[in-house]
Amino acid sequence: MNKIRIVHYINQFFAGIGGEEKADVRAESREGVVGPGAALNAQFKGEAEIVATIICGDSYFNENVEEAKTEILEMIKKYNPDLFIAGPAFNAGRYGVACGTICKEVKDTLNIPVVTAMYIENPGADMYKKELYIVETGNSAAGMKTAAPALAKFALKLAKGEEIGAPSVEGYIPRGIRKNIFREERGSKRAVDMLINKLKGEEFVTEYAMPYFDNVAPNSAIKDISKAKVALVTSGGIVPKGNPDHIESSSASKYGKYDIAGYNDLTVETHETAHGGYDPVYANDDSDRVLPVDVLRDLEKEGVIGELHRYFYTTTGNGTSVGNSKGFAAKFAKELVTDGVDAVILTST
Amino acid sequence: MRLELGRIKITDVQFADTTKVEKGTLYVNEQELVNMILEDEHIKSVKVDLAKPGEETRITPVKDVIEPRVKVDGQGGIFPGVMNKVTTVGTGRTHVLSGVAVVTCGKIVGFQEGIIDMSGPGAEFTPFSKTLNVCFVIEPIEGLKQHEYEAAARMAGFKAANFIAKAGLDVLPDEVEIYETKPLLESILEYPNLPKVGYVYMLQTQGLLHDTYVYGVDAKKIVPTILYPTEVFDGAILSGNCVSACDKNTTYHHQNNPIIHDLFARHGKDINFVGVIITNENVYLADKERSSDWTAKLCKFLGLDGAIVSQEGFGNPDTDLIMNCKKIENLGIKTVIVTDEYAGRDGASQSLADADAKADAVVTGGNANEVILLPPMKKIIGMLNYTDKIAGGFDGSLRPDGSIEAEIQVITGATNELGFNKMSATSF
Repeated sequence: MNKIRIVHYINQFFAGIGGEEKADVRAESREGVVGPGAALNAQFKGEAEIVATIICGDSYFNENVEEAKTEILEMIKKYNPDLFIAGPAFNAGRYGVACGTICKEVKDTLNIPVVTAMYIENPGADMYKKELYIVETGNSAAGMKTAAPALAKFALKLAKGEEIGAPSVEGYIPRGIRKNIFREERGSKRAVDMLINKLKGEEFVTEYAMPYFDNVAPNSAIKDISKAKVALVTSGGIVPKGNPDHIESSSASKYGKYDIAGYNDLTVETHETAHGGYDPVYANDDSDRVLPVDVLRDLEKEGVIGELHRYFYTTTGNGTSVGNSKGFAAKFAKELVTDGVDAVILTST
Repeated sequence: MRLELGRIKITDVQFADTTKVEKGTLYVNEQELVNMILEDEHIKSVKVDLAKPGEETRITPVKDVIEPRVKVDGQGGIFPGVMNKVTTVGTGRTHVLSGVAVVTCGKIVGFQEGIIDMSGPGAEFTPFSKTLNVCFVIEPIEGLKQHEYEAAARMAGFKAANFIAKAGLDVLPDEVEIYETKPLLESILEYPNLPKVGYVYMLQTQGLLHDTYVYGVDAKKIVPTILYPTEVFDGAILSGNCVSACDKNTTYHHQNNPIIHDLFARHGKDINFVGVIITNENVYLADKERSSDWTAKLCKFLGLDGAIVSQEGFGNPDTDLIMNCKKIENLGIKTVIVTDEYAGRDGASQSLADADAKADAVVTGGNANEVILLPPMKKIIGMLNYTDKIAGGFDGSLRPDGSIEAEIQVITGATNELGFNKMSATSF
């Protein structure tokens, strides 16, 4: 097997150019290793090699992000690497952010594995831990002795496409990706044990740390609804009869956009629900029960609302991840705005 | 209330002329069962089949799983208010055909029936790959509405289970477990120094095929109340649910509620397990507020120091779970909640639809969205034509060779929220 080709990114300080006073140096690339790259190379034991090192000042990178990213990408491409490593950045904030930013850029653009390393409280860790493998290090460069072997070992695994185990085993900062595992005891026993520890005031480890919950602040009220263009959006799964886009009954991976220009009323012949989370009899019988097109047409005629938007958007909320839901809405909300929609009635089941 | 649970260990099941238990083998008379189930005019036909652990058999779409149990001594009968008079159960002696399960299946009623594989990778995820399953493929008459079909299939399962269980009436059990809960004041006097612990048992009651019954009462119409734990072992609670297969509590799960078992295991040693509070998961906000207020109120009234709260289903009931947890914690009672996750196929999404910092002790049954490949099976009990449509399936789930790529959501009991399994999830 050929040696794994690696490009390594470091800042001006670790390249020996200088400290804060030299933080505005522009990106440059040098053949082979510079600074901490030597420690990494030693750990690769011939399986991999740092073919080039990119050096960039922290201020320059962070103050000229787009420019720096473009320049650095061009430099990296030339070396045709199999893997990209940045850092370790330890607790250097701007260095950490630069490592994270450039890693993500390389991963997304060049589609090769990337890894960086830093202290868990480095702001770069918080910004990028979800998207990147970040090997956890101590908070100062004094930790290089342990950081370099850990980073090198992880990098090799990644480059070889080996399975990456749990964060506690591999030493990276948890990305918050949930994976199923089998534990020693059944859940009920774990719950009883956890409760007893909690009651005794002893340590217990929750199996799911509560996330920050995203609350949406309501928009200001519509000033004159009689002039407003109103759209219907539903997570109740109403679709044209036959579910033409095969929206899943649960865990939807897509949403549908359908024309209702010709409809004053949804009927058993025209529409149905694809939702698997409730008895579909009544929604299939009259889909207006979930997507009230009939009532909105009345309101349109009576002049209560300005007009009903000609498309409705629909998906099944049943078991659909928050991530997917956010993604759908982010897309079609833009379309709604472009189409001049003033208000949306969101129905769920 | 004191209940003796006599377990008759069954190691094989076979068709025979008489339904009986002999030397650990259960014999069932197929025709007798068919005749009994066809008494219901809503059912057009029924096929009885047997599935055993290790066989290359797939059962789908699975509706409910029931353990055959029979009352040997003491008042009332199994499934009070439904199959027997409404007399309070939970005392005396009950025999269990341990290792046997009645499985009802048939064409889908609400997208949320499941899959049980008796071998292969899917078998790892369901407890019912380890049971000897007497399966009933139930076909409804033409034109029957979904909820009517659900009710007919549900009753057929209970009838069959109770009928089969009678074979264990006079059989000497292999082991007898004894469970006892004393009236609250006596219990507190008996263990004055142990923390008082209760179990908040959330029942799926979103309606429209999402229903649970307590002594025959539709649980959406109850306000939270108190049960002796042993009442549950006698079938006080039963499932009428078409919630996603992975985290619906089948009747079997209720009958064998592992949280109740494991709380009993520590009772008198580390804790004083004083009782069960049942509550519902209704869809209206006022119902959610009322039920969670009452649940917290009852916890306080019982003088609890701690409570385990278990959920059923996902999404909408996540709000009930968090409300219960928050309100109980606000009264100074420590909680552990048992749930499962819908973190997306990539595991990167937020797992629950609601969250609160008070929920700091969580047990999870795993991420239901994780995708699995189930290889083809030699024998199918039921039918495969609904595979793409059931919750957790998607367009193209069923492949031409009979293999299935789907979320583990499709597997009956995979991410059970009573803590029935060892599966869990962790952050990577």
